[in-house]
Amino acid sequence: MSQRSIAAVPRGVLALLALGLAAQIGLKAAAPPPRAAAEDLPPAPSTAALRLASFGDPVALGKALMLYLQAFDYQSGSKVPYRDLDYDRLEAWLARILELDPRGQYPLLAASRLYAEVPVEAKQRSMLEFVYRQFLLDPVRRWPWLAHATALAKHRLHDLPLALRYARAIQRYAVGDEVPLWAKQMEIFILEDMNELQTARLIIGGYLQSGTVKDPAELRFLDEHLKQLEARTAGRASNKN
Amino acid sequence: MSIVASLARATLLEAVRNRLLWLAVVVVVIAFGLAQFLNQVAITESREIQTALLAAPLRVAAVFILAVFVITSMVRELSDKVTELLLSLPAPRSAYFFGKFAGYAMLASILALLSALPLVPFANSQGLALWTVSLVCELLIVTAMSLFCVLSFAQVVPAFAAVAGFYLLSRSMAAMQIIAGAALHDPTLTDRVVNAIVELIALLLPALDGMTQTNWLLGSGPGLSTLGPVVGQTAIYLVLICSAAIFDLYRRNF
Repeated sequence: MSQRSIAAVPRGVLALLALGLAAQIGLKAAAPPPRAAAEDLPPAPSTAALRLASFGDPVALGKALMLYLQAFDYQSGSKVPYRDLDYDRLEAWLARILELDPRGQYPLLAASRLYAEVPVEAKQRSMLEFVYRQFLLDPVRRWPWLAHATALAKHRLHDLPLALRYARAIQRYAVGDEVPLWAKQMEIFILEDMNELQTARLIIGGYLQSGTVKDPAELRFLDEHLKQLEARTAGRASNKN
Repeated sequence: MSIVASLARATLLEAVRNRLLWLAVVVVVIAFGLAQFLNQVAITESREIQTALLAAPLRVAAVFILAVFVITSMVRELSDKVTELLLSLPAPRSAYFFGKFAGYAMLASILALLSALPLVPFANSQGLALWTVSLVCELLIVTAMSLFCVLSFAQVVPAFAAVAGFYLLSRSMAAMQIIAGAALHDPTLTDRVVNAIVELIALLLPALDGMTQTNWLLGSGPGLSTLGPVVGQTAIYLVLICSAAIFDLYRRNF
């Protein structure tokens, strides 16, 4: 379809077009940029409602919701502190997203590396417990986040019994070949920190005897560590005598 | 002026004879029935649930009905060469555009009023009045955009796809701006370019996300000042889109 030249358009129309464009850009440029505020995080909808809203594609909705949730805590130029978020609601959102997309790792990464690192102990603990509960649902895939939670419990909260509980869960439930030895051995090092040398020694001995460790370097490392522990246990026994 | 009025009247008559208003009434009745059903299911906040689940689908339905009607009616007129006949009348092309726009605008107002009717028993009166005026503004923008797209594309599918994309993007632009600015790491060049594109698109889109809010109907409702930005945005956007559509219409050879 051919077109006439711009000269065929009345000047008034051209002026109105330019005026409208300038006014629209001016109006939008003058408006404050949209910001999400921490108190705006609404309660998480039910799983059934979200499944209905996903139109049969829950994974895509889960991914989109994670980006939506992320917008409530971090914005360029203006950081809303994570500690201002309602953690009960936050947990509910993360749980719903994991229900929609169980293979997704993003919610647990956010839980263990972002939301669990706020300087409010109660919120840290609630987020670590959330990671623990979610780990139990799929240990082989979700162990890295509980391993990070273990480190946080040990180094940030200085709560060794809590760290031990998480490390034991990894050792007990994350049994796949893809789970590295260091993750399974976290329990030993926490026991050492708690001065539970005898228990740590027994666990290493059990490892070596079970035959699950096949890598020669790892075998050598565990063997040397066992000897060190035995020496320390013996030293402590002689000190007592 | 008489041509504008005649065209507006003919457009409205076409909507009536297409049983468009009956369709709107059927949609309203179905939405009302659905809200009543959900009221029985809800354990608490049943009034709020009823209001919200009635208002949101009615707004979307009004937008959908109006956009489809404007586009199909204009395409039919173009195909039947009625447009060429009307443009041969001794009146400027802008009169044709404003005649059609006035007719569709009247239809938009009727649709907005019909959508507000089932909300009367549930919503506060001031909030409902603001919601209705805002819906009229939203529908006027959709009407202008539909006219612009159908005059540019002259086909149902591309025009409707463009209007639907425009509406969804305008409604979700604020959320997209927040998400685009929510990078967890220091922004790379790609992030900056994407952010700049998002900001640029946001400048050109109307702030539909601030219009016709369901929460206006709940509780005590907002003040009259809420309408200021809505009406201002509508006026500016109508000037922009209508002049763009007239620009296209003047340049077109029939």
